[in-house]
Amino acid sequence: MMEMRASFFVECEELLEALQDGLATLEAGEEDNETVNVVFRAVHSIKGGAGAFALHDLVRFAHRFETMLDELRSGVLSVEPGLVRLSFSCADVLADLVRAARDGTEPPFERIDQTMEALDEMIAGEGEEEVTSADFQPVGLSFDFDLGGDAGGAGDSAPPVGHVITFRPAAALYASGNEPRFILKALAALGPVRVKVLTDDLPTLDSLEPEASLIAWRVHLDADVSEAAVREVFEFVEGLCDLVIERPGDAGDAAAPGTTPALPGTHPVTKATWGLPPAPVPTASAAPAPQPTRPAASGPAASGRPAEPAPPARASAAEKSADKSADKGGDKGASAAVEAKGTIRVDIDRIDRLVNLVGELVINQAMLAESVQDAGLTGHPNVESGLNEFMQLTRDIQESVMLIRAQPIKSLFQRMGRIVREASSMVGKEVHLRTEGEATEVDKTVIERLADPLTHMIRNAVDHGIERPDGRIASGKSRTGEIRLTAMHRSGRVLIEVSDDGAGINRPKVLAKAIERGLIDADAQLTDSDIDNLLFLPGFSTADTVSDLSGRGVGMDVVRSSIQALGGRVTIQSEPGKGTNFSISLPLTLAVLDGMVVRVAGQTLVVPLSVIEETMSLTSEGLASLGSESQVLRVRQGVVPLYDLGVELNYRDPLDTYVGRIALLVTLEDGRSVAIAVDKIEDQRQVVIKGLHSSYGRIPGIAAATILGNGQIALILDIGDLVSRARGVTRLRDTLSLAG
Amino acid sequence: MTDTARSTKGSIELLSFTVGGEDYSVDIMSVREIRSGTTATALPHAPDYVRGVINLRGNVLPILDLAVRLGLPHAPGADARHVIIVVDVGNRTVGLMVDAVSDILTAAQDDLQPPPDVGTGGGQGHVSALFVMNDRLYRVLDLGSVLPAIALDAA
Repeated sequence: MMEMRASFFVECEELLEALQDGLATLEAGEEDNETVNVVFRAVHSIKGGAGAFALHDLVRFAHRFETMLDELRSGVLSVEPGLVRLSFSCADVLADLVRAARDGTEPPFERIDQTMEALDEMIAGEGEEEVTSADFQPVGLSFDFDLGGDAGGAGDSAPPVGHVITFRPAAALYASGNEPRFILKALAALGPVRVKVLTDDLPTLDSLEPEASLIAWRVHLDADVSEAAVREVFEFVEGLCDLVIERPGDAGDAAAPGTTPALPGTHPVTKATWGLPPAPVPTASAAPAPQPTRPAASGPAASGRPAEPAPPARASAAEKSADKSADKGGDKGASAAVEAKGTIRVDIDRIDRLVNLVGELVINQAMLAESVQDAGLTGHPNVESGLNEFMQLTRDIQESVMLIRAQPIKSLFQRMGRIVREASSMVGKEVHLRTEGEATEVDKTVIERLADPLTHMIRNAVDHGIERPDGRIASGKSRTGEIRLTAMHRSGRVLIEVSDDGAGINRPKVLAKAIERGLIDADAQLTDSDIDNLLFLPGFSTADTVSDLSGRGVGMDVVRSSIQALGGRVTIQSEPGKGTNFSISLPLTLAVLDGMVVRVAGQTLVVPLSVIEETMSLTSEGLASLGSESQVLRVRQGVVPLYDLGVELNYRDPLDTYVGRIALLVTLEDGRSVAIAVDKIEDQRQVVIKGLHSSYGRIPGIAAATILGNGQIALILDIGDLVSRARGVTRLRDTLSLAG
Repeated sequence: MTDTARSTKGSIELLSFTVGGEDYSVDIMSVREIRSGTTATALPHAPDYVRGVINLRGNVLPILDLAVRLGLPHAPGADARHVIIVVDVGNRTVGLMVDAVSDILTAAQDDLQPPPDVGTGGGQGHVSALFVMNDRLYRVLDLGSVLPAIALDAA
């Protein structure tokens, strides 16, 4: 049951995504009937599933939402901006409810109620125009007990209102986890109902099969809803039950000539069997009674066999479901949910295991290559070519496995759509989110961990970037601001950009604030880009008033550090009056990394290749001392500080001379360059990242570990962290006595 | 150890080993495997008793030098031929570097005595019980107290 529940929630996420897609299409004004249907089906499927799991809040809301969409579908309502907006916020609430149900948390009731009210208004507002036929007095609703003949009388006087639904679940319905209780409840949600239990299929106790489904219900629904609406309640159990939907009048007529043979006649029989109000019991009639359930019990066959002697309504049900299946290319309704894309759902743990194993394979391959070399077999053509092929295969497998973990970034972008809607309404601005490159695939973990920083950036853009409508008009822009969210692959990395067409960064204000906060000296000379980068300083916030939205003290520094934690970089560009552009560059995967393998103080370490600008041999001309404890390296026109990796990692004391050692020129996130002295460069290769956090904890200056070809572990450096710590340490205790 | 505990628990199996010339033991249920020592990769900024990390079939395994952790002298030549006992503690796995693994002992719970309170000797806090067998005094290592320090030190 837990598994079914889990898979329901997974399905919900997919449905919510489809819902968002559909709404976006509606918003863009490119809808057709199918779009509305897709949206409707998504909501409906969520409702259906929620019903099965007794998620009442969710069902209640989904139902209301569905009602509105149904009116949209039937043309009572039409697509207009207000409705689309409402639909979006309904979708948001629906997502909230799904997640609250999944996580067992409290859904935001206030918001739900508000949205419900808005929905009611929307539905009611339109409803008035078409109440004409719907609203008259409940005529012919007086058949309290049986349809027998009296229903027919009521049917004469006026067109009958409502439906009489006869619902006989098959055993398969229970077996598949459906519960009649929820179905009956869903019916009750459509309007006033009177439910009668039909026990006529029940045999005498001696021949009772406990597993068989013998109880049926007849529901009188006194509401003017379409038959389709009624039928939808049963959508999930189609083929798992015998369903007859009739107009009250028809039901009476139909019952009389005996098209539903089991019902009226055998009714008293069962009563007697159970010792209820006494009635003559021809036991023989109990025997044929179970028959109607039998064909249904054999599964979906019921809907696929219209030849069965069935009342007209049932035949039409069969046709309908046949149509439905036909247009989906499947033969049964049940397959409808599965096909579409040809995807399978796999537990993420299994994939991670595969990723790990492939990591092992990569390491193993490197070890094998090393052994071959050690054994002096490198010249051997067969060994050589075999090894090369093995290497190629390993790399291919690794790339394919990484692709499994990759997901389109779409789900993340969709969440941002909601952030924009909420944030803009909170501050009274009009903002439209335009997304591009939603299909760009990124590692699942990257997507998950990007959500927070991206949310923050989007909120910032709405709060600080985009101007108020009047301000925008005054500066000759369109009333509605635009935030563009784009994703693309570029040279082995993923590039994500958040740009707005707002006012741009107010540099004088930023500068003033930075000085006021003591982040920079009052007389500091900063370039425009330097000023923009001040935003990334810890504790920086320019919002004049701390709004609900942003400016809560956590700022762009948190954004930057979370992106850095993913091995990414974030840069900022801004043009006054035109807008601001943040661009985030991320590695494709968190599992492998291109690194340079270096030796220092007898240890082997890996430096991410992405941070290394160039490498050079240290010469006495290039080195110069600075103070008594440090030295600098002259690189062309500039001078960069030199750090000894061995010293920074506590592996050794400073050397007498660094001449002859190797310097790695590294550009830090803030644009500064530094030189890192190492003893030797060994190799440049792809390494598999192994986390240290779970087994040991965080180590300053170290990002992770990897396993080298010889089976030894090498640490992967986090140069930014290393240098930021080194700045404090070198001056205090390192005494680089140097030649220079 | 209360009377009830004594009567309900039977005996306990312990893996005995020597470290710094002394006899220690750990509950065998926490031992995952025993392997010969390989060169560990040193971790920067780590406490002195953290030898580094080794590759245990693709996993990063931190190695603690138990002698240093307990404040004991290294047995002569121990560096060259040490043994690593891989233990599970909570949800973490670490390797304990010891001089040699000796035997598997079965001790009755009744024979286990709490360590006497004798001031602030080095390593005393890491012993959860004592027992005597074959005229030798064995200490039962309190794994929990050896480990958490790692997380703190590394944080």
